[in-house]
Amino acid sequence: MSPAVAPPLPDEDAVREILRGVADPEIPTVSIVDLGMVERIEVGPDRIEVELLPTFVGCPAQELIRSTVIDALAPFGHPTVVGFSFRVPWTSDRITDLGRERLTASGFAPPAEPADVRCPYCRSDRVAMDSAFGSTQCRSLFYCRDCRQPFEAFKPV
Amino acid sequence: MTAAIVALDPRTRTGLADLLLSMADDEFVIGFSDSEWTGIAPILEEDVAMSSIAQDELGHARALYELLAGLLDDGRDADALAYDREPEAYRHARLLDHGRGNWATTIARRFLYDTADTARLASIGEGWPPLGELVAKIRREERYHVMHALVWVDRLARAGGEARDRFVTALEALAPDAPSVLAAPEGEAALLEAGILSRPMADASTAWRAEIAGILLPLGITIVLEPAADAAAARSGHSDDFRWLHGEFTSVRRSDPGATW
Repeated sequence: MSPAVAPPLPDEDAVREILRGVADPEIPTVSIVDLGMVERIEVGPDRIEVELLPTFVGCPAQELIRSTVIDALAPFGHPTVVGFSFRVPWTSDRITDLGRERLTASGFAPPAEPADVRCPYCRSDRVAMDSAFGSTQCRSLFYCRDCRQPFEAFKPV
Repeated sequence: MTAAIVALDPRTRTGLADLLLSMADDEFVIGFSDSEWTGIAPILEEDVAMSSIAQDELGHARALYELLAGLLDDGRDADALAYDREPEAYRHARLLDHGRGNWATTIARRFLYDTADTARLASIGEGWPPLGELVAKIRREERYHVMHALVWVDRLARAGGEARDRFVTALEALAPDAPSVLAAPEGEAALLEAGILSRPMADASTAWRAEIAGILLPLGITIVLEPAADAAAARSGHSDDFRWLHGEFTSVRRSDPGATW
């Protein structure tokens, strides 16, 4: 045991870069950064703190996301604290342009008012909302009248 | 958050604890009760919708119980608060002592509760930031619950025949207990003074009753909503329906006390 030299502290950008690799558990192509869930990163003298905003209050993926973030930051060699807060409400406007692009590529319409939702497959605007509620708290069910494909859209909140 | 708790005087703290408990119990009881539709709702989309709404409510309940656990600081966590009490110790509104019943009853109960809950959430001020912040987030989600309820109110009321009859019967059966959601909490004066409440519940109740009338009158339905009794009466003396539900929602927890899931 020779803990004489602690590993150097990463800067905030380095932490953020790693978090770009932490995906939403259900949409592996979209990171928690692109979903707008990362509110604050603070690198202190003895630890790394990450404040995340839950997309929905009761989202059951919170614990999984927390442990994934801790694992992802473990290589820095510093204690990591990951907290969820409501200090700022997460809104669907926080999803980045890249996040919206990647949601579409994965077959999900990014959040928009129902009249502005486009089919993620054929981009048609001839879509109808079947139900405001979908397979997870954050999504609604739609149907595309052009390519006849059901799809899910993120709820605007 | 500790600083925010320390700043409260004892009277405000007691009032806040009562308010948090009643809000959490309301969301928990209706959330658990509506989750019974999972798998057996009238149509698939409603199976998904009711399950999703129930999941939202249980999530809100958990967040509220967590705030309460931090405030009480007596060693109980959110799960202990949700599951480890006798039926008499729950403080949900009497409206939620009615079971889910048939689909018309479920819709009538959701409609009365969601609109009243919206009026309550609009009465929470910024006086205690942890609650103000959580409520700001919850309101964004509850908007969808109200939309869902209103679509069904319209559908059942305009359907005529058995659908309308059942819906009107359910509304009439629930009406006497519906105002219980907005019963004034015991510590209301202290909560108003601290800015934790931004208006008295009596004002919220007046606004809510006007809203209900505005929705039901065009559908040719009139119900009588008397101003609520005080919270002590409106949130105690629970029904057999609730005792049964309590047996259900505590059964897993009781099967292996202290287990980690």
